[in-house]
Amino acid sequence: MRASLHSAVAGLGLAIAIASGATAAEVAPADVKFTEDNTVEASLTGTPGDPAKGREVFADRRLGNCLACHANTDMKDQLFHGDVGPSLDGVASRWNEVQLRAILVDSKKVFTDATVMPGFYTLNVGINVREESVGKTIISAQDVEDVVAYLATLKE
Amino acid sequence: MNKYLKIAAAAVACATVLGVGGLMADPINETLTIDGQEMVSRTKAPEGHPFDEVYSGWLFRTEETRALQTDTFNNPAMLGVEVGEAIWNTVDGKEGKSCASCHGDAAESMKGIGASYPKWDKDANRPINIELQINKCRENNMGAEPYPFDKGGQKELTAYIKHQSLGTPVKIDLSQGELQSWWDKGKELYYTRNGQLNLACSNCHEDLMGKMIRADHLSQGQINGFPTYRLKSGGLVSVHNRFRGCIRDVRASFPKAFSDELMALEVYVTWRGTGLSVETPGVRQ
Ligand code: HEC
Ligand code: HEC
Ligand code: HEC
Repeated sequence: MRASLHSAVAGLGLAIAIASGATAAEVAPADVKFTEDNTVEASLTGTPGDPAKGREVFADRRLGNCLACHANTDMKDQLFHGDVGPSLDGVASRWNEVQLRAILVDSKKVFTDATVMPGFYTLNVGINVREESVGKTIISAQDVEDVVAYLATLKE
Repeated sequence: MNKYLKIAAAAVACATVLGVGGLMADPINETLTIDGQEMVSRTKAPEGHPFDEVYSGWLFRTEETRALQTDTFNNPAMLGVEVGEAIWNTVDGKEGKSCASCHGDAAESMKGIGASYPKWDKDANRPINIELQINKCRENNMGAEPYPFDKGGQKELTAYIKHQSLGTPVKIDLSQGELQSWWDKGKELYYTRNGQLNLACSNCHEDLMGKMIRADHLSQGQINGFPTYRLKSGGLVSVHNRFRGCIRDVRASFPKAFSDELMALEVYVTWRGTGLSVETPGVRQ
């Protein structure tokens, strides 16, 4: 995918909360602000997302593993796309970046509590989380920004 | 039910949105016969069940995988069952006995038995599955050590005993002892979201049944074929190992085999498959 107008403004410097041990200016999971319209306006890191990296996170089974549930024609070289969620072809024509960021951070806030899509940057998770994942999110704040930038390239 | 018809994949709706996945969505409309004996692989669900019909996991596998189960001669798991038969006849422990010393020919004494487990065990005051019953006989009747989980021949002997119920519909008696309260506990666990991925058994095996999660066609998560043979690992997989695998996959810490949690789940999940034939040993991807 070629670069696009991803997160041009990207709320530089707006992210102030500092997670312990995390990079400065990174918003901690509990501090991500959702608007009433279920958007997350500000970048989680202040660093613009990199769509090429986001594409990798999307496909990586240990990170986004998005193909487990979503088809995506841009990745048709990869075998087996799930059909649990809708195809993400043209997703950027249905949702804008601040909405996509919200979906990624905590899909339950945007859809309903009943959704099976995991929240990728939230600590609001299931019981008995395995030891090595306690207190951790599935992907990092910068991963979220990168995936948002990648999704923004998936236009109709 | 239908007569032994081999309906080719025709009836299957191809619901994948893109060409990329290209796999089926619904369970196949076919009858499983094993060595000519017809299995109940789809049947009306018992009262209070979330589904109208219960489906064997066999209906969700690919044509090649399904074919391996239709003929015991081709079924790669039968080697394990034969190992189980050898153990049945082998003397072990201080008493100098084998299983056969007391139970004779398993084809007679164990016929249909595996279809009604877990049972209530008065002595232990908790449910017991075939694996635990084997250990009980080893300890109390043979003077032998109990098998550690999945070791020593536990899977093979369990498969051998369950195989003696091939075709018998699963039916557990929840009125035994306190089995009903274990069913309740199992149900609660089944619907509880676990782990970092925040998913319950019911999300995948009830809400998403029939969907593709990556390359996997989601079944109802039935256990009537256990222990099953997994082509991926090339060996028998026990029920508790499968449960633990599914729990691990949502990035949750998983309970010990035969723990109260997994026994409660086994009671409940067995009930969810009421009426399906025991298919042990099933073959899976
Ligand atoms: C376990 C399955 C699952 C995984 C994994 C998953 N999703 Fe989803 N996703 C869903 C479902 C189901 C929906 C539909 C919303 C609902 O639940 O009603 C959805 C909806 C979406 C939507 C809205 C799509 C639209 O057109 O309305 C986006 C965007 C999205 N997911 C992105 C992602 C990304 C990016 C990843 C990987 C980082 C991902 N999802 C991983 C299940 C999943
Ligand atoms: C000394 C005799 C003796 C030996 C040896 C013995 N058992 Fe048993 N077994 C019993 C008795 C008695 C019972 C019924 C009471 C009980 O549950 O302990 C029983 C019950 C069982 C049951 C439950 C049957 C049912 O109706 O639910 C199974 C299964 C079983 N044994 C398997 C085995 C296996 C496998 C072995 C060899 C590892 C074995 N037994 C060895 C005496 C024996
Ligand atoms: C993220 C989705 C997911 C969750 C959650 C999940 N499973 Fe599974 N499970 C699978 C997949 C994928 C398979 C392999 C394909 C199939 O049979 O559905 C499977 C297979 C099984 C099987 C084997 C079925 C057969 O016919 O061989 C059983 C039994 C099972 N799961 C039980 C459970 C239980 C119990 C839970 C809850 C503790 C659970 N699963 C949670 C995805 C899941």
